[in-house]
Amino acid sequence: MTPPLEHDYIGLAETSAMENSTKISSSSSSSSSTVSNSEDNGKLIGHLNLKETELRLGLPGSEFPERGEGVGLTLGLPKSFGSGAKRGFSDAIDGSAKWVFSGGGGSEVGLGKGGILFSPRGENGSGKLPVASPAKDLGGVGKATGQENKGKVGSGLAAPAAKAQVVGWPPIRSYRKNTMASNSSKNKEDDEGKQEVGCLYIKVSMDGAPYLRKVDLKTYSNYKELSLALEKMFSCFIIGQCSSNEVSSRERISESRMIDTLQGSEYVLTYEDKDGDWMLVGDVPWDMFIISCQKLRIMKGSDATGNAPRALE
Amino acid sequence: MPPHPEWTAAMFPDEVWEHVFSFLPSDADRNVAAASCHAWLRIERRSRRRVFVGNCYAVAPAVAVARFPEARAVEVKGKPHFADFDLVPGDWGGGADEWVAAMAEGWPQLEELRFKRMVVSDDCLEVIARSFRNFRVLGLAFCEGFSTAGLAAVAANCRNLRVLDLQENVIEDNCSHWLSHFPESFTSLVHLNIACLPGEVNVPVLERLVSRCTNLKTLKLNHAVPLEKLVILLRKAPQLVDLGTGRFSGEHHLDLYSKLESAFTGYKSLKSLSGTWEAVPAYLPAVYSVCEGLTSLNLSYATTQNPELIKLVSRCKSLQRLWVMDFIEDDGLAAVASSCKLLQELRVFPSDPYGPQPVSLTERGLVAISAGCPMLHSVLYFCNQMTNAALIAIALNRPNLTRFRLCIIEPQTPDYLTLQPLDAGFSAIVESCKDLRRLSVSGLLTDRVFKSIGAYADRLEMLSVAFAGDSDAGLHYILSGCKSLRKLEIRDCPFGDKPLLANAAKLETMRSLWMSSCSLTLGACKLLARKMPRLNVEIIDERRGASWDSRPDDCPVEKLYVYRTVAGPRSDTPSCVWTV
Repeated sequence: MTPPLEHDYIGLAETSAMENSTKISSSSSSSSSTVSNSEDNGKLIGHLNLKETELRLGLPGSEFPERGEGVGLTLGLPKSFGSGAKRGFSDAIDGSAKWVFSGGGGSEVGLGKGGILFSPRGENGSGKLPVASPAKDLGGVGKATGQENKGKVGSGLAAPAAKAQVVGWPPIRSYRKNTMASNSSKNKEDDEGKQEVGCLYIKVSMDGAPYLRKVDLKTYSNYKELSLALEKMFSCFIIGQCSSNEVSSRERISESRMIDTLQGSEYVLTYEDKDGDWMLVGDVPWDMFIISCQKLRIMKGSDATGNAPRALE
Repeated sequence: MPPHPEWTAAMFPDEVWEHVFSFLPSDADRNVAAASCHAWLRIERRSRRRVFVGNCYAVAPAVAVARFPEARAVEVKGKPHFADFDLVPGDWGGGADEWVAAMAEGWPQLEELRFKRMVVSDDCLEVIARSFRNFRVLGLAFCEGFSTAGLAAVAANCRNLRVLDLQENVIEDNCSHWLSHFPESFTSLVHLNIACLPGEVNVPVLERLVSRCTNLKTLKLNHAVPLEKLVILLRKAPQLVDLGTGRFSGEHHLDLYSKLESAFTGYKSLKSLSGTWEAVPAYLPAVYSVCEGLTSLNLSYATTQNPELIKLVSRCKSLQRLWVMDFIEDDGLAAVASSCKLLQELRVFPSDPYGPQPVSLTERGLVAISAGCPMLHSVLYFCNQMTNAALIAIALNRPNLTRFRLCIIEPQTPDYLTLQPLDAGFSAIVESCKDLRRLSVSGLLTDRVFKSIGAYADRLEMLSVAFAGDSDAGLHYILSGCKSLRKLEIRDCPFGDKPLLANAAKLETMRSLWMSSCSLTLGACKLLARKMPRLNVEIIDERRGASWDSRPDDCPVEKLYVYRTVAGPRSDTPSCVWTV
C-alpha cells in the first residue's frame, strides 16, 4: 500500500463496489439525509450541507483514523479495490463514471477538514467528462429521497446501493441500454486529447484542487457566465463560501453572489495571457479576453492579492 | 344502424360500396361494416387494402391472407410489449416465417410490410425481396433474427423500394457492403433509416445512393458516419425533411465547424432531427439555423447536457415532439414550457437509471410542461420522485392527455412530501383526462387507484402496472371496469386467481393480458383455459422444468400470457411455453 499522503481518485465501476463502500460509513449519512429532508420541497436535489459533510482524500482500502473526530463523512472502499497504485485520469473514469473520494489520511491537497464531495455538474468544456455521482455517497442526499421517506433515514447510504437491479426495471429497452453504455465508453475514448472544432478549450486550475478542468470559452458570452460556470465546476473545492441558507440551491444564488464566492472570500480568478503574464480576469473586454487567454487559474485570495478576503454581503 | 340487407346490396354495384368503405377511417369501422351483413362482409373484405394484425398468433397467416385478398399494406406485431424489458424468453416466438410464406403465396401485389417485435430471418427477407413485384415499404421495428445479408437481398431485388425503415432492431452485420446491392439504376428511395445498424457503412456508396435518390426525404444514419462525412451527405441531400445525424462527432478539422454550419443553413425543409450526438457541445450551434422549423427533435440518445441542451431546445419554437434525456433537468423543461408552445409529445429518458441520479429532474419539470404546453397530450417521463399534488396539477392542466406513462424509477416510491401512496394523483389523471388511451402507473399504489382507473378510464386501451396494489381487488377493479381495455400488462403485483377467473369473459374483449410475478396458480390457468376456448393461455416457465401436465394445481405460475385467438393453440411453442 502506498503511503497515505498520496491522494488518489477512484471510480467505482459496479454497484457492488458502491455497496461495499457505502456500508462502511452509513452511520454518518443520517445527518446529511435529515438535513436534506427538511429543506424546501422542490430543491432537494444536489443539496449538500457543508457543515455536516466532511471528506478527506485518501487511498482505496486505507483505514481512516480520523473518522472518530466530529461528523466527518468518510467513504471507505472495498479491500478488493485498491492496489493503491495511482491511477490516471482516464483510468479512474469508468463508463458510467461514478466518482468517489475516499476519506482518510492526511492530504496534501490543502482542503483541510472541510472538503466537500465533488459536485457532478461538469459544464461545457467538461461536457465530455462523465458525470460524477457524489449524492449517492453522501447518503443519497436529495436524490434518494424515496428511500429516506420510507423511513430508512439512517440507512440513506445503504438504500441506493441496495437498489438491486430488478429484471426489466426500470422499463428501458435493451437497445437503449446498450446504446447508452457504448456511448459512454466512446466518450471515454474521445476524451483523450481530441481537439474540438470551433471552440476554445483552455485549462482551468484551482489552487488546492487535485486536478484541472477544461472549459470552452466560446460557450460563454461574458465574464458573468464564465464565473458562474467555474463556480459550479469548482464548488466542491470551495469551503464554506456560501452563506448557509443559500447553499440549498444553486439556482437561488444570485450571479453577483456567485462571483463573490469565487472571487470574494478566498479566491481570485486570473489568467495567463499570450505573453505568459498572469493577469486579473475582468479588466479587458470579453472578446479581447477570450483571444488572449491561454490558461485560467483560480488563486487563493491571500496568494493573489495579499489582502484580507472580502466579506460576503 | 345496419341497412336492410336486400335493398342495399341490390341498389349499388359492389364497386360503389368499395368506394364508400374506402372512406371508413379505421379498421374498427370497417369491421363493424363487415359484420352487418353478408354482402357488406364480402364487399368490405375484398376492398380492404390495409390489414393490421395486432397479435401474430391471433389468426393463422393463411386465413388472414385469404380473408383480405386485395391487401396492399400489412402490419403484424409479435412479442408482448414486456419483451422489450427482457421479461420474455428469447425463444418465445413471434417468428415471421409463416406470415411471409403466406403473404408471398396469397398477396403477390403486396406493397407495404411492417413487422414489430418479431423474429425475422434472412430467409424471410429474401422471400420478401423476390415475391412482391411492386414492393415499396419495408418497416422492421424492434425485430431481430436477421443480418445485413438479408438487407442486401432486399436492396438488390426491390426495384421500387421507397421506404426502408429499420427502427431499433438487433441486426447482425455480416455483409458490410450491403448498400452496394442497390443497383445504380435504383433511384426510388424516399426514406432510409439505418440508425440501428451496428457496423460500418460504406460512405462513398451511401453518398452515391443519396445523390441519385433525389426524392429522399428521410435519412437516419448510424454511428459509423463521422461528422466530416455527414457534411458531405448533407450537401447531397438538401431536400431532407427528417435527418438522423448518427453520432455527430469526429476528428477535428480546421473548418469542419463552419462547413457543418453552412450545410445546415441550406436546410430549408428540415422538420425532424435526431441522433446520438456524442457529447460534442461545441458543434451544437451549427444546427441552430434549422431549429426554428423543427417539429420533432429526438435527443434521447444524446449525451448533450445543459446549458447547451437548453440553448438548443429553446430555439425550437415549432416543436411538436421532443424526446430527450433527463439531462434537460427541471430548468430545461421550464425553458421548453415557455418556448415550445406547440409541444404535443414529450419523452424524458433516464441517463443513468441504475446509478445514483445526479441529475436534477423532478416532478416540477413535468408540471411546468403541463402548465406551459396547451397541446401536450402524450407523455413518457422517468424520474425519481413524485407527489400527488404534482399529478393533480398535471391532470387539471392537461385534461387533453391521451398517453401518460410515468415511471418513478424506484419501485413503490410514495409521495415524497406526504409519504402517502400516489393513488390520489393517478386518480386525478384518469378522472380529468377523459380521452386517456394509454397509462403506465408507478410509485406506491394501493387498490384504490385501480378502483378509480376501472371507474373512470373509459377510453383506456392499454394499461401497464408494476409493483402496485394490495390485493385481488385491484385487478378486479381493472378487469370489471375499463370498458375499452385492449392490452393489460402487470408485473410484481399481489393479484391472484380470483379476479382473473371472475373476469374471464373480459379477456376475450382484449387483445392480450400479461401477468408476471403475481400470485397466480396453475389451477386457475387451467380453469381459465377450459372456460374460454378462444383464449390461448400460455404459461411461460424459463426453468423449463417438469411437464406442467403433472404439476399440482397450486403450483405457482410465474409468467402468464393470455390472448384471444381464432387460430387455436400455436404450433411453434418452445420448451419454455406451455399452452394450457
